[in-house]
Amino acid sequence: MNTIAKPLSTPAKSTTVADAQTAICARGIIRDFQAGQSKIRVLHGIDADIRSGEMTYVVGESGSGKTTLISIMCGILWPTEGEVKVFGTDIYSLSDTELVNFRLENIGFIFQQYNLIPSIDAAANAAVPLIAKGMALEPARRRAKELLDALNIGDQANKLPHQLSGGQQQRVAIARALVHEPRLVVCDEPTAALDARSGRRVMDLLRDVAVAEDRACIIVTHDNRIFDLADRILVLEDGRITHDGTDMPEGQ
Amino acid sequence: MLWIAIRMLTGDKQKFYGLLFGIAFSTLLITQQLTIFVNLIERGASGVYSAPEAEIWVMDPVSRTTEVNYAMPSTALDEVRSVEGVEWAVPHLRAVASVRTSDGDLEGVTIVGVDDATLIGLPERLVEGDKSVLSQPDTVLIDDVGVTNMFENGEDPIGQRLELNDQRAVIRGVADSIPSFTAQVTLYTKYSRALNYVPGTRNRMTFVLAGVSDGETAQAVADRISAQTGLKAMPREQLARSGVDYIIENTGIPLNFGITVALGFIVGVAIVGLTFSLFIRDNIKQFGALKAIGVTNFKIARMVVAQATLVGAVGYSLGVVGTVLFIWGFSGVPTFKGFYIPWQIPFVSLVAVIVILSLTGWISLRSVMRTEPASVFR
Repeated sequence: MNTIAKPLSTPAKSTTVADAQTAICARGIIRDFQAGQSKIRVLHGIDADIRSGEMTYVVGESGSGKTTLISIMCGILWPTEGEVKVFGTDIYSLSDTELVNFRLENIGFIFQQYNLIPSIDAAANAAVPLIAKGMALEPARRRAKELLDALNIGDQANKLPHQLSGGQQQRVAIARALVHEPRLVVCDEPTAALDARSGRRVMDLLRDVAVAEDRACIIVTHDNRIFDLADRILVLEDGRITHDGTDMPEGQ
Repeated sequence: MLWIAIRMLTGDKQKFYGLLFGIAFSTLLITQQLTIFVNLIERGASGVYSAPEAEIWVMDPVSRTTEVNYAMPSTALDEVRSVEGVEWAVPHLRAVASVRTSDGDLEGVTIVGVDDATLIGLPERLVEGDKSVLSQPDTVLIDDVGVTNMFENGEDPIGQRLELNDQRAVIRGVADSIPSFTAQVTLYTKYSRALNYVPGTRNRMTFVLAGVSDGETAQAVADRISAQTGLKAMPREQLARSGVDYIIENTGIPLNFGITVALGFIVGVAIVGLTFSLFIRDNIKQFGALKAIGVTNFKIARMVVAQATLVGAVGYSLGVVGTVLFIWGFSGVPTFKGFYIPWQIPFVSLVAVIVILSLTGWISLRSVMRTEPASVFR
């Protein structure tokens, strides 16, 4: 069990903050995909706000558009139409390089498949965002090791990903998402490959380390075993938000 | 990020070694084959290199190389000596003859007749014996590569008797000479004695070797000789070049070696291209994750360049070292005697390696660049 009660340090400040509570403000998001000759509309003009200090779940059936929505919200997929402000910055008005740097500064990712680099050890994997920001290898590794210690896998820091269990790899992925102290953490199906107990443990851990007053956490999931851990749930159906509340709607 | 790139590459040992093998094999094939080619065609100039004192070679206008020659009247010697700027001029004979060995074998040989008085035209060094032995009756010197051809069972050539044009010849020394292109046995003897060893024709002097007076250039004096005598006169470098060109123009060697070098390049592109593409494909999720996290395309490109550079540097070094070891290992074999690696050849291989890696790296990089960061969520 982890014993972390608060983030390791204060997240970096934004340069332009419109609303201290609003981490993401998405308006009129439309996303079309080309499928041969025809266009498929995946998102139909979504308006959504993600608030800091909350663990927000984006839930829905497969194909409902939840992955597309968070990809757009975190600046890795351009919307066909609409505007996304992350901590007050209209991210799609930034140049490509500015957007990449914005992600590096402000967003941490936890991928379903972890996507750890197989040939570098856990500490180096966790240190990737710091290294990408230009920090030297050793200081970056030291900082990553501190975070791994906090996640109770400090003793695994020198192991390669394939030498770690699935749960340990996920903790390394969490460390990588948090090591550069982003203000937004995006998780994709964090419990998909875990049993119920492990899934809840990971979610508890995420709540402890990824949720803070000035840090937002979005989790894409369709795992109903963990719905009760959400502060807020957005339900997506066929590219539209059909529910926005603290609990799942009746009957789901 | 470069450290991560290198670890990504070296961590996948199978592909890393595959890439190294591809580059090393390509480099080895290109460098080794070009080295053999260059050294082989340079043997077209071995006759020139074996007579180091001669600054100008004078010959009949139809003669093309030291091997492809036509005899001149002996008066040509005096004509050359009379040209201004000629410091000295001596007769030189190169002809083909058949020799009967003491075992009764028949061997085709090149007879080289050098000036009786000065011995100009003789290779600089002898492996066995002394140049003074040529003053003894019926003496010939044999070239060291010829020893292995004529005395395959390891007999000592010194003292061996040969029969040339019904004349007796005794081997009394072994010359350290560069083998000819055909690797035919070469026998060196005095000019006057050589005249007896080659079948009698009216003219038998094939070359006049000349030296240049102080203050003159070989080219100027050669031009003057040509103008005054009507003979063909060439500075040694020019005749050496003609010998090389003759082989290039009249044999299929350049094509054969060219095909092998091209194969080396193609094999390199195939192995490296395939392995590099597999490596990138296997790591495409990681590259996608890096892009999502916030690593710019420029940094990703630098990572791929670093990987290609590492593979190129190590693979190329292995290939060149392999070629050096090959040449060194076979330096005792007569076929490879005197082989060296001109600096231009490793340079050519380096360019080939850079082209291979640029091509394959660019193709692989394109797939990384095209990868959407959002793909990591799928």
